[in-house]
Amino acid sequence: MSDIDMDKTNKTIDTVKRGLARRYAAERRFRLFGLIAIVISLSFLVLLFGTVISKGYSAFQQTFVQLEVTFDRAMIDRDNPANSDFGGLVKAAMGREFPEVSGRKDKRKLNGLVSTGAVYQLQDMVSTDPGLIGTTNLVWVPADDDVDMLMKGHAKRTGAESDRRLDDQQLAWIGKWEQEGKIRKQFNRAFFTSGDSREPELAGIWGAFVGTILTLALTLALSFPIGISASIYLEEFAPRNRFVDLVEVNINNLAAVPSIVFGLLGLAVFINFFHLPRSSPLVGGLVLTLMTLPTIIIASRASLQSVPPSIREAALGIGASKMQMVNHHVLPLALPGMLTGTIIGMARALGETAPLLMIGMVAFIVDIPDSFVTPATALPVQIFLWADSPERAFVERTSAAILVLLAFLVVMNSLAVILRNRFERRW
Amino acid sequence: MFKRGVIVAGACLLVAMGGVGLAQARDYISIVGSSTVYPFATVVAEKFGRISSFKTPAIEATGSGGGLKLFCGGVGVQYPDITNSSRRIKASEVKNCNDNGVKQIVEIKIGYDGIVLANSKKTVPLNISRKELFLALAKNIPDPKGSEMVIPNPYKTWHDINPALPDNAIEVLGPPPTSGTRDAFMELVMEDGGKEFPWIKALGKKDKNAFKQICHSMREDGAFIEAGENDNLIVQKLEVNPKAFGIFGFSYLDQNSDKLQGTLVDGEEPTFEAIADGKYPVSRPLFFYVKKAHVGMIPGIKEFLNEFTSEKAWGDEGYLTDKGLIPMPKAERVKFRNDAGSLNNLSL
Repeated sequence: MSDIDMDKTNKTIDTVKRGLARRYAAERRFRLFGLIAIVISLSFLVLLFGTVISKGYSAFQQTFVQLEVTFDRAMIDRDNPANSDFGGLVKAAMGREFPEVSGRKDKRKLNGLVSTGAVYQLQDMVSTDPGLIGTTNLVWVPADDDVDMLMKGHAKRTGAESDRRLDDQQLAWIGKWEQEGKIRKQFNRAFFTSGDSREPELAGIWGAFVGTILTLALTLALSFPIGISASIYLEEFAPRNRFVDLVEVNINNLAAVPSIVFGLLGLAVFINFFHLPRSSPLVGGLVLTLMTLPTIIIASRASLQSVPPSIREAALGIGASKMQMVNHHVLPLALPGMLTGTIIGMARALGETAPLLMIGMVAFIVDIPDSFVTPATALPVQIFLWADSPERAFVERTSAAILVLLAFLVVMNSLAVILRNRFERRW
Repeated sequence: MFKRGVIVAGACLLVAMGGVGLAQARDYISIVGSSTVYPFATVVAEKFGRISSFKTPAIEATGSGGGLKLFCGGVGVQYPDITNSSRRIKASEVKNCNDNGVKQIVEIKIGYDGIVLANSKKTVPLNISRKELFLALAKNIPDPKGSEMVIPNPYKTWHDINPALPDNAIEVLGPPPTSGTRDAFMELVMEDGGKEFPWIKALGKKDKNAFKQICHSMREDGAFIEAGENDNLIVQKLEVNPKAFGIFGFSYLDQNSDKLQGTLVDGEEPTFEAIADGKYPVSRPLFFYVKKAHVGMIPGIKEFLNEFTSEKAWGDEGYLTDKGLIPMPKAERVKFRNDAGSLNNLSL
């Protein structure tokens, strides 16, 4: 009998031993696949960040040229700066810098080295400090985008003249500036403080940034309370019946609807029916609210479900009303999860362009939006518009704008992580 | 928390209602329309916003057809004031406008744009006729044996069409059907190329639909690739693949003259001068249309027209030529400036 027993155990151990190597191998394979998957996704991420950063970092600097500007009394109308000939001031300064240049065509080429932004800069200087009129000052003005590209090494200096944006004569003028130290790269403030422009050297993301903030603020203000109220009602108060099931199915479906559909809806309802102003953050916020609501409701319901029933029963047991049970006990416990869901929904809204296309927020807008009804764009839209512009200098600005958008996203997502780690309770 | 949420929601609803009130007055010009005119209109708008006391106009690139549809929606602040177009307004669109109460339209031609076929500078430039381009890109071509029948396009390389052309596979990246550039390319290259065959030309007079069927169908076998509206993407692809050609507006060739070269069409190189004096065959006029009923209702329209039609903007050496616009001859500029000044009605 014991012989038979011995036999049996031997057999089991044999089976185990025989299979052991295979099982270990299977585990090693599985780990390897996992590792490969992570390495592949990481390398894609590195590639993405690598190209964006290597293309975009140079946009945070801009080439400036030093000019000796005489604020000529005759050319400036003190009471009405808009009537003054600031372009003439720039041309006069360039003429003094290179007195040997004559002829209409050559002068045009020379004046083309300085950005048209120089004119606006002088205009701003005089309107903030009228005391400048009649004096002569050294002013650093932005260089033209072609010069900027040359100084950053994105355009070549050699090769046939017809192959270059700047010809030999212009290169010689720039060379003289370089020798005299009158051309330099400095921090590109305009990129962070101005709105869109068709001149790459003047284009900035502040307008799009403000537009994004206005739109997202409205989205948050609408979708957070509505989403949370809806989820609390559905989870804690709603009766179980066919109708509620139907609502549930619809919410889940809406979360998967392509965002362009919400844009079309926004166009039909908010613009064509309610006549809200086109291109405004108001309509943008409303459309993005519709888009993020299902996400927030689903996340909030999941987080309400994760609150153990014992909490509810205990609250009801000591005589709390259902309303008190929800407000004093369930909601505080579920709120971190709801906030996380909301932030993830907002991050998705931040990256959307498709619904904004339909409601006119994909537009060229220079003025910084100052209310919910002035026309505005958003960061991803700005990236799209710059990527589509013919000027070479917009390539680096596109990447720089992507960096800003990524930074915004990282901040939002880390906020979600922090909120979760700080307040979330596990059961 | 719950109560506060309700209050916030209510407040936002109030803001939204306020928006309805504010929508009654718009203090900036709203412009829609062609993505080809967009680079020029935006430059003028930006200048206008900076030097005048008016707000900068908001400009959307919706395509010529989409822009005219929005423009003709009606009169009122929720409809755009100006639409850009890379082709002339059609009679059907004027009728649509009239039906919706947009009865008075001012037409301004702003200049010309050339459509180029370009490739990378790493290879030799192509010299091709419009007939050969038609043979290279049409889905169906006339039977080379001479009968009045069309056969599926058999040509694989440029060399197959004309022994003088290089022995490279035909590969052309072009705009999608929604684009005005595509419309113009169809009209100026494919139709004119097809008309080189006498029987197709005769067909054009007899049966317009059959004619369009032949000339407007592009190859779908990989020789013609729809590359989307993003012309910069086409430029990048051409750099990587020197054997490929791209179709886009002249301004992109102008901005990338260090990387790309234009194809000679009918022996003419696409240069600024050749397009301006009409030697280069593939060029088209650009327009914008103004809703007269909005002048006076929306501040700044007259002043904007004045800026756009000034010599310093669209003249021979104006700032629009720096952006690649081909200016009109002096006489035409004077005519359209007068039209803009006195808001003359469009006559088709």
